[in-house]
Amino acid sequence: MSSANFEPKIVGFLCRWCSYTGADLAGTSRIKYPPNVLPIRVMCSGRVDPTFVIKALVEGADGVLIAGCHPGDCHYTSGNYRALGRYKLLKKLLDQLGIENDRVRLEWVSASEGERWAQVVKDMAEKVKKLGPLGWRSNVEENERQEAKIARG
Amino acid sequence: MSKLKIALYWAASCGGCEIAVLDIKEKILDVAAACDILFWPVALDFKYKDVEAMPDKHIDVCLFNGAIRTSENEHLAKLLRQKSKILVAYGSCANEGCIPGLANLYSRESLLDRVFSETPSTDNTNGVRPQLKVKVPEGELTLPAFYDRVKTLAQTVDVDYFVPGCPPVADQTWAVLEAIVTGKLPPKGSVVGAGDKTCCDECDRKREDKKIKKFYRPWEIIPEEEKCLLEQGIICMGPATRSGCGTACVKAKMPCRGCYGPPPGVVDQGAKFLSALGSIVDSNDPDEIEKIINEIVDPAGYLYRFGLANSLMGQARTK
Repeated sequence: MSSANFEPKIVGFLCRWCSYTGADLAGTSRIKYPPNVLPIRVMCSGRVDPTFVIKALVEGADGVLIAGCHPGDCHYTSGNYRALGRYKLLKKLLDQLGIENDRVRLEWVSASEGERWAQVVKDMAEKVKKLGPLGWRSNVEENERQEAKIARG
Repeated sequence: MSKLKIALYWAASCGGCEIAVLDIKEKILDVAAACDILFWPVALDFKYKDVEAMPDKHIDVCLFNGAIRTSENEHLAKLLRQKSKILVAYGSCANEGCIPGLANLYSRESLLDRVFSETPSTDNTNGVRPQLKVKVPEGELTLPAFYDRVKTLAQTVDVDYFVPGCPPVADQTWAVLEAIVTGKLPPKGSVVGAGDKTCCDECDRKREDKKIKKFYRPWEIIPEEEKCLLEQGIICMGPATRSGCGTACVKAKMPCRGCYGPPPGVVDQGAKFLSALGSIVDSNDPDEIEKIINEIVDPAGYLYRFGLANSLMGQARTK
C-alpha cells in the first residue's frame, strides 16, 4: 500500500572521513537530489552496530543507507571491512524477517564523489518509494487490534 | 513465623522449568518446609477458581514460566499478577519468548495451516480449524484464543524479577529460592539467579585472537580441547550471553546458544552477536568476506533462537 504522495524516510549512517565529506561536496556543488535521507555522521562505517539499523526500521524509517570509504581506503584501515561483514550477515537476517532487499543498503562513497552520493540517494529513494512505507509500528498495532478481536471471539 | 505462600505456573512452555525447580533435588524438602505451595498445576490439584477466589496479593511469590501465546496464558498472567505480591519471570520463555517465540517468524495463518493441514501425517480434507466455542448437550465448551504473536511475561504484565535460562540451572534456582525465603532480594526489576558479565568470563577455554577464515557447524569438526570454540570457527554465543550458567554447554563441548539472554546493557542479543560475527571474519577481500559470511545458514534461527519475542523487532514481517 503506497499513496502517490509517499515520501520515504531513509536514515543514513555516513562515515566522517569519506562519505559524509562526499555528501557535503554534493551540497556545496549545489547538486539537486531528493531529500529523503536523514544523514547521521559516524566516525567509521565500522561503527554502525546492526542494532542501529534494526532500531531505525522499527522506529519509523522506511529504509537505511550505510555509507563508508571504498575498500582499502578506510581511515582506520579495516573498519569498512568489518562493516561489510556485518552488513552481509544483516541482509541475510533481514531477508528472513521479511524486510525487502532494497530497504537496507551499503555503499562506498569517497570524499570526492559528490555526484555519486546524489545518484545513490536518488536511486535508493526511488526504490524505497516503490516499495511503500515499511510502517513497522502501525503493523504491530494492527496485529494487536486483530488479537483483541480474536480474543473476543 | 508463617510459611511463605508461593505459586508456580506454566504458560506456553515445554515443562523444563518445572523440572528445573525439582532439579534442586532434596532441597525441595526445604522449600516445602518453608513454603505453602498454593498453586502448581503440574504437581498439585488446585484449580483456576481457587486462585480467582484468593484476595489480591495473597500469594507472596509466584514463579511464572512460559511465554504468552494464548488468551488462557494471558488471563493467568494477569490473574497471578493481581494475586501475587512478587511475580517472577522464571526461565527463558517468560523472559524472552524462548523457543515458542520462534513462531513469531511466521504468520498466525501459516502456523495454523501447518499444524492442522500441512503436516505429513495429518488428514484434514475439510480444513477444520479449532473454534473458540462449541455447544454440546452438556453446555458450552470454550478454547483459548491463539494470538497473532508470542509475547513475554513483561510485555503482558508488570514483572518484579527476571530469572533467565533455558532452564535456569539448579544452583541458581536454589539461590533465587533462598533469596526469596530469606527476603534478601535486590531492587525490583532486577535479573536474579545470573551473573552480570558474559559467559566468556566464566569459561575455562583459552581465548587469544578471533580471526575466522571459515565457520563450522558443530558436527563438522572435532574441536580442540582447550581453545575457545568461537576461535575455532564454531559459532558460540558466549560473548553475547549473560553469565550464570557455569558454561554447562561448553563444558560438554557444545557451543553456547545464548539461553541466558543478553548481558546487562544489551537491548537486542541477536543484533549484538551479529555484529560480533561480522567483526571476526578474517579477510580484507570483499568477495572472501561474503563467502565466509554465507556459511552461516540460518541467522534468524541462530541469533534469535531464544530472544526473538524480546528483540527490537519481536517478530518477522509476514504481510
